[in-house]
Amino acid sequence: MTVDPSGPAPLPHRHLLGIETLSGAEIVRILDLADGYVAVNRRAMPKLSRLRGRTVVNLFFETSTRTRTSFELAGKRLGGDVINMSVATSSVRKGETLLDTAMTLNAMRPHILVVRHPDSGAVDLLSQKVNCAVINAGDGTHEHPTQALLDALTIRRRIGRLDGLTVAICGDIQHSRVARSNIHLLNIMGARVRVVAPPTLLPAAVEELGVTAYTDMKQGLADADIVMMLRLQIERMSGRLVPSVREYNHFFGLDADKLAVARPDALIMHPGPMNRGVEIDTTLADDINRSVILDQVELGVAVRMACLDLLTPPADDPDADTAGAAAPSPLAGEAGR
Amino acid sequence: MSRRVAYVNARIVDPASGLDAPGGLLTEDARIADLGPRLFADGVPDAETVIDCGGLVLAPGLIDMRVKIGEPGEDHKETIASVSEAAAAGGVTALACLPDTDPAIDGEPALEFVARRAREIRSTKIFACAAITRGCAGAELAELGLLAEAGAVAFTDGRRAVADSLVMRRALGYASAFDLLLIQHPEDPALVRGGAATAGAMATRLGLPPIPREAEVILVERDLRLVAATGARYHVAHVSTAETIEVLRQAKRRGLPVTCDTAPPYFALTEADIGAYRTFAKLSPPLRGQADREAVVAGLVDGTIDAIASDHQPQDQESKRVPFAIAEPGGIGVETLLPMALELVHNGHLDMARLLALVTCRPADLLRLPLGRLAPGAPADLVLFDPDIGWIVDAEALSSKSKNSPFDGRMVQGRARRTVVDGRTVFADDIAA
Repeated sequence: MTVDPSGPAPLPHRHLLGIETLSGAEIVRILDLADGYVAVNRRAMPKLSRLRGRTVVNLFFETSTRTRTSFELAGKRLGGDVINMSVATSSVRKGETLLDTAMTLNAMRPHILVVRHPDSGAVDLLSQKVNCAVINAGDGTHEHPTQALLDALTIRRRIGRLDGLTVAICGDIQHSRVARSNIHLLNIMGARVRVVAPPTLLPAAVEELGVTAYTDMKQGLADADIVMMLRLQIERMSGRLVPSVREYNHFFGLDADKLAVARPDALIMHPGPMNRGVEIDTTLADDINRSVILDQVELGVAVRMACLDLLTPPADDPDADTAGAAAPSPLAGEAGR
Repeated sequence: MSRRVAYVNARIVDPASGLDAPGGLLTEDARIADLGPRLFADGVPDAETVIDCGGLVLAPGLIDMRVKIGEPGEDHKETIASVSEAAAAGGVTALACLPDTDPAIDGEPALEFVARRAREIRSTKIFACAAITRGCAGAELAELGLLAEAGAVAFTDGRRAVADSLVMRRALGYASAFDLLLIQHPEDPALVRGGAATAGAMATRLGLPPIPREAEVILVERDLRLVAATGARYHVAHVSTAETIEVLRQAKRRGLPVTCDTAPPYFALTEADIGAYRTFAKLSPPLRGQADREAVVAGLVDGTIDAIASDHQPQDQESKRVPFAIAEPGGIGVETLLPMALELVHNGHLDMARLLALVTCRPADLLRLPLGRLAPGAPADLVLFDPDIGWIVDAEALSSKSKNSPFDGRMVQGRARRTVVDGRTVFADDIAA
């Protein structure tokens, strides 16, 4: 991440690639701004002009409906022009395609690129080759920073703080970028983080990220303030990493019995889309007193508006419309160094 | 009429005899005629050419026993010509190339092709390891005996492990009849499949698919059982974990005919050098943690590890300028073998003669080549190097066609000034001598 220490801007990063390199003050700044956008979004006509004349490109190398729609709405509500590009990577997963696409788009001079890619580090690699700001909308099993930010905003609006809370993140930690971003954010903000999963879904040395690992749901959920369920990809089940859906649901699916050991007012979260009856019992998912899953979706738009806002120079900035024009060719560098 | 070249005012280091003293050396045509502390003590030597070594180290040329060349099949990555240039610039006078080319070196014609190209270039001596299995596919035995007769110095499937236990047992059993050396790439493919970095905090933080460390020792322990059963000569390439080194230490104590080498990344780098998805640091086996790096150094110091090879694996931009998980593994290293090995001297782990043994006479003995020593009558394959000069590795300035050096940007000490093969200078740095 490029940091300009002399800049007065509250978010001095050029890109938003991950939570790990953010400070607590920067996270608070994003959440505070997002709070304001929540109010805007609840107005009858939630349309602003902050991004007027700016182009946001949603570049998705992996299928997504929710995140892409959320970013699209965020960009449009700020008055920007939003273009969605889906690039199939299943047939040819060649990275040169990634960099070619990045440089092609860069030549069209967008202001912000929102990128999702199935490989960890791919968004970082792409950000080195473009002049515009880049937001990581999920890279492989690395990070998904806006998801962690919207989760944090959801918790903060419900409970009023993050500091001192006990958060249990449950499910496929190994393959979850949501888990990694949340672990970083919650640690930075002073929460206690637990992860709960069968050993085949726990990454090696996960404790070194600042969590306590559990392989038993009731131990992991005991007295938790927040229960964060992760999506389990069905293709990883049926004998590969867990024996079966049925067995996974029995031991690691969230139901009323397991939830009973958490705090009585514990909140249930899920980044979606849910596998009802697999990682979460359907009555719990729909329990309006406990589940904040739809809050997460709503606040996601506001958080993404805040991120787009903070990565866009003010319109009256003399550099705003020429940013990058005099910069050296993005090809001047070389990957792999 | 013979051509004589006198090297005067040198620090002569011959690791095979333990000699490390000021002196001179005389070559006559392709062979060493004489050497010693008192040679030329009585005055001007009788030679056509006199080279003043200026007190620099004169040693046997380096022997790199593990070098992948892209020829045939991937000559956009490295050719026999380009690797020869890189080797000469790095003080390497002989190397053994890997057979996992396209087509594989699994028959006499491919072996002949490499030998012919090397003869044409007349620089660093290029020997070939031949395949253990046809096409390096791990299923059917290659013609090991005929390949050995045709000049293969060892057998390996290159970057591919011989994974099938029955195939490995047959290979070792068959090879024992011909007293051949089999070299294993020690990674259990089932545990490695899809992985990109050693399982641990680094891979977890970066979200990279993990490779468990046990993948190495599991394959080696299996092979050691087969070695005990067959008595074949067995060599483990680029050992990288503490457990593997300990298992090999014990096997040597039991008297099994086993040897191993390591490569500079495994004693000089750790997984932390991956940094922010630096694909030049994606290797096979993957970089390990600090404890493993220290175990590799300890294995070099106590002699468990027999040799240092560069494990030179050229990869082009298109193979590396991609997301880490799908980047090709491997790094170039033949040209930086000398300064990277010298780090062990500069860091106080080994003295000069013991270090040089790991890159000269010991790999020569493993491959049964009459090279790697300074003695009257031995081939005049020499390197003259400045052991102390500091420089910064610039991958773009290296001679390899591919520039994927994991040491790019590293401050190193020591550099070849002149490289001599069969009495002929094949590389000379103008600044020196």
